[in-house]
Amino acid sequence: MPSDAALKTPTAPPGPFTAFWRAFRENRGAVIGLTIISIIFFVAIFANVLAPHDPLEQYRGFTRLPPIGMEGSDPRFLLGTDALGRDLLSRLMYGARVSLFIGLSVMVVSMAVGIALGLTSAFFGGIVDVIIIRIMDLIMAIPSLVLAILIVAIIGPNLTNTIIAVTIVGLPRYVRLVRASALTELTKDYVTAAKVSGVRKFRLMTVTVLPNCLAPLIVQAALGMSDAILEAAGLGFLGLGAQPPTPEWGAMLADSRDLMLQAPWVMAAPGLAILTTVLSINLMGDGLRDALDPRLRRS
Amino acid sequence: MFRFLLKRLLLTLPTFFALMFVTFIMIRLVPGDPIEVRRGERGISPERLAELRHEMGLDQPIWKQFFDYVWGILHGDFGTSIISKTPILHEFFTLFPATLELSICAMIFAVGLGVPAGVIAASRRGGIYDQGLMFTALAGYSMPIFWWGLILILVMSNTLGLTPVSGRVDLIKYYYEPVTGFMLIDSLLSGQKGAFWDAVHHLILPTIVLGTVPLAVIARMTRSSMLEVLEEDYVRTARAKGLSSSRVIGVHALRNALIPVVTVFGLQVGGLMAGAVLTETIFSWPGVGKWLVESISRRDYPALQGGILLISTIVILINLCIDLLYGLINPRIRHAK
Amino acid sequence: MAMLEIENLTVEFKTGSGLFRAVDGVSLTIDAGEVLAIVGESGSGKSVSMLAVMGLLPWTAKVTADRMAFEGHDLLNMSANDRRRIIGKDIAMIFQEPMTSLNPCFTVGYQITEALKTHLDLDKAARRRRAVELLDFVGIPAPEQRLSSFPHQLSGGMNQRVMIAMAIACSPKLLIADEPTTALDVTIQAQILELLVKLQKDTGMGLVLITHSMGVVAETAERVSVQYAGQKVEEQPVKGLFADPHHPYTAALLSALPERAKARRLPSIPGVVPGLFDRPKGCLFAPRCSYATELCHSTAPRRIDGTLCHYPLVKGVPQGHPGKEKAA
Repeated sequence: MPSDAALKTPTAPPGPFTAFWRAFRENRGAVIGLTIISIIFFVAIFANVLAPHDPLEQYRGFTRLPPIGMEGSDPRFLLGTDALGRDLLSRLMYGARVSLFIGLSVMVVSMAVGIALGLTSAFFGGIVDVIIIRIMDLIMAIPSLVLAILIVAIIGPNLTNTIIAVTIVGLPRYVRLVRASALTELTKDYVTAAKVSGVRKFRLMTVTVLPNCLAPLIVQAALGMSDAILEAAGLGFLGLGAQPPTPEWGAMLADSRDLMLQAPWVMAAPGLAILTTVLSINLMGDGLRDALDPRLRRS
Repeated sequence: MFRFLLKRLLLTLPTFFALMFVTFIMIRLVPGDPIEVRRGERGISPERLAELRHEMGLDQPIWKQFFDYVWGILHGDFGTSIISKTPILHEFFTLFPATLELSICAMIFAVGLGVPAGVIAASRRGGIYDQGLMFTALAGYSMPIFWWGLILILVMSNTLGLTPVSGRVDLIKYYYEPVTGFMLIDSLLSGQKGAFWDAVHHLILPTIVLGTVPLAVIARMTRSSMLEVLEEDYVRTARAKGLSSSRVIGVHALRNALIPVVTVFGLQVGGLMAGAVLTETIFSWPGVGKWLVESISRRDYPALQGGILLISTIVILINLCIDLLYGLINPRIRHAK
Repeated sequence: MAMLEIENLTVEFKTGSGLFRAVDGVSLTIDAGEVLAIVGESGSGKSVSMLAVMGLLPWTAKVTADRMAFEGHDLLNMSANDRRRIIGKDIAMIFQEPMTSLNPCFTVGYQITEALKTHLDLDKAARRRRAVELLDFVGIPAPEQRLSSFPHQLSGGMNQRVMIAMAIACSPKLLIADEPTTALDVTIQAQILELLVKLQKDTGMGLVLITHSMGVVAETAERVSVQYAGQKVEEQPVKGLFADPHHPYTAALLSALPERAKARRLPSIPGVVPGLFDRPKGCLFAPRCSYATELCHSTAPRRIDGTLCHYPLVKGVPQGHPGKEKAA
């Protein structure tokens, strides 16, 4: 007779948040990603306390100093200085503020507009749906960076406009996602049941259907944030983002091109900063996706 | 099949017209028209400015300008570049082969490495290869590609001296008439010794840089698609028939798994054009991406307008081809409607 | 020596919340040419045990057994290569959902000839002929044309016939049919069952029929094994099972049949099959058994004459039972 002593019988199924957290925790990469991005957020928020120097201050006598450990470095400038003698570490920290702010803003606005348009498109159908989809197709037809450059050329290069441009460029993904999710949900019986019991359209959209579309949307929001940071850095690289002297990682990279051979750390640092930030968000987003998608879990 | 093609083609027409409209409006919205910029030039009198305005048709009412513009396009006239004074269509297609060649190489790189990588990762799920691969892929599309390009140039070209820094071909050593515009083909046709390898040499870094993001996306997509397909009933049936593992995965699963990958491939093509802008800027690759960016800074609005319209149209057409391909490999779509 | 011998098979799945025992110490034997039916509700582990024999379980499954052998060859420790020579050739399996069990990207003809190509030494023309022969054998009209059809172009019943054709392509010695008619219309169900019975008689192959329908069992089986919550609770020849069920679960299943209804209300078995989180101590069926006593709830039953029960039924009377008053 098989012995049940070896079987550790669980007593109750885990609640939804516990189940989610357990699944998320299993993914080591996701946890690491979450940790790193939290650190970066912390640094960005407290940059004015943590940064050793003012990011805009130019130390004329100390230009192009290498980072600690290399010959000629100065312990006051841990990561070295750029061509104008500005402390690289401080500029990176303040730059985190810019990039994270852009990323978060784009994500929030994209979600809001995406949900509004996507739900409208799915619920009202007909000509409204066609128009919205066609506009999204149009946005997708023009290569993203090209469109962003065009938008910025029209409204002028600065931080706010970068957010607007990057949001517009990334909008189709959100709208299509919400629309597709909503359309699928609309075919399900619980929606018909709600309609039959007299739930009005707006309430139907927001309270009945929207919560069921949230899982892929949350994943898209996380990944969208990382895309936004990359896109904004691209604009910054081309000189179309936040204007100098604001420290923006992409712009810092553009400035470093001339120094590439003599002072490679000026180029390596901002790039690594972008890479680390985006990578940790993506790791976290991956973990979110795996934890929220029941099919990919073990059981 | 033909009806399917025709239907899809017709559906793209409104998008095309909308594109024309949007590019026209947006260019007009950019502050500072090309004539204004020349106001401060020496010897330019207000009359001369008005003359130039008239030449460019900028004094006409907006709707007339638009009508003329559309009329021109339908006749193949996309306008003339202010800077180079050559027809834009001509200029575009002179530069386009460079971008096309780079894009094709990047795509071959991405698919050739990405699909096998994804398949292997899926079949060894959870193992060290799977985790390592997926992390690398994730890192691949988390990088700003302009930085990746600069790092590669720094390491490979400057430090190790393995690859050239910029351009498509070493003009000092080799010169040959462009026949197709594709360096790989032209160098072979020219018959000059070493020309082909020189062209290849110049293509290596830009291909890797441009192809990194599609490679990462395709590898991940293939893996997740394979994982889903491997759970399907028909894969279980294939195993129950006693087929070898490589046959189950490589034949039965892969065919079905590739279907969503084709869709992703299509989306990547649009992204390629965007990536081309940055890649070409870094490697001084004489393609349409670089030309577009330069047009902005030089305020060459007709070029910008025409360029965006042309690139977007090409992206739409390529997506159409992808849709067709999708219909071909998925029998269910073929037989529907 | 029996053709298929399974002794004390246990299959456990690794889940996020612990190990789930889907099959719990099941033993079975099948002789050449026999027809065995495995009956039980969903969740009884009837499919899982057969999937374990075929080696088709996912990576999260842990399979242990005292013995699992086909024609004397040890299946448990066999190498994957050796197993592939038996699976699809000597042992074949058909599944419940015919619409999704065939690859949508390949034609019917391709999928059948593939089975032939893997195991038999026939040239292309011979394979094609045999495929047509098989389609005809399973009752598909115009078999020549059907070879180039895709699965989504055929109905559920036709697809199941194709599956059967594919399974018997290499003349297997044992065919396992996992709920082959459950997903089909009632009229088609009868046809498919008839086909399976006819095939079994014509070829003399062993047939294991997994089902949750007692009606199907009555029509096709020679011997019946009843499973509940991963355990085998009873095994008898079919006539004996219907006339005199030994386990309360079997008796309950039989009395739920519409044909046996005596009153206007059909008796149903209260409760549900235990899952991962509510595995009872003692007898697994106790919470739902009308004869259950304190002993049943606290101690796991031993096997008495093949029946897993403290008080097995003989002609409807539980043996050694303390009496109805003491029943929980």
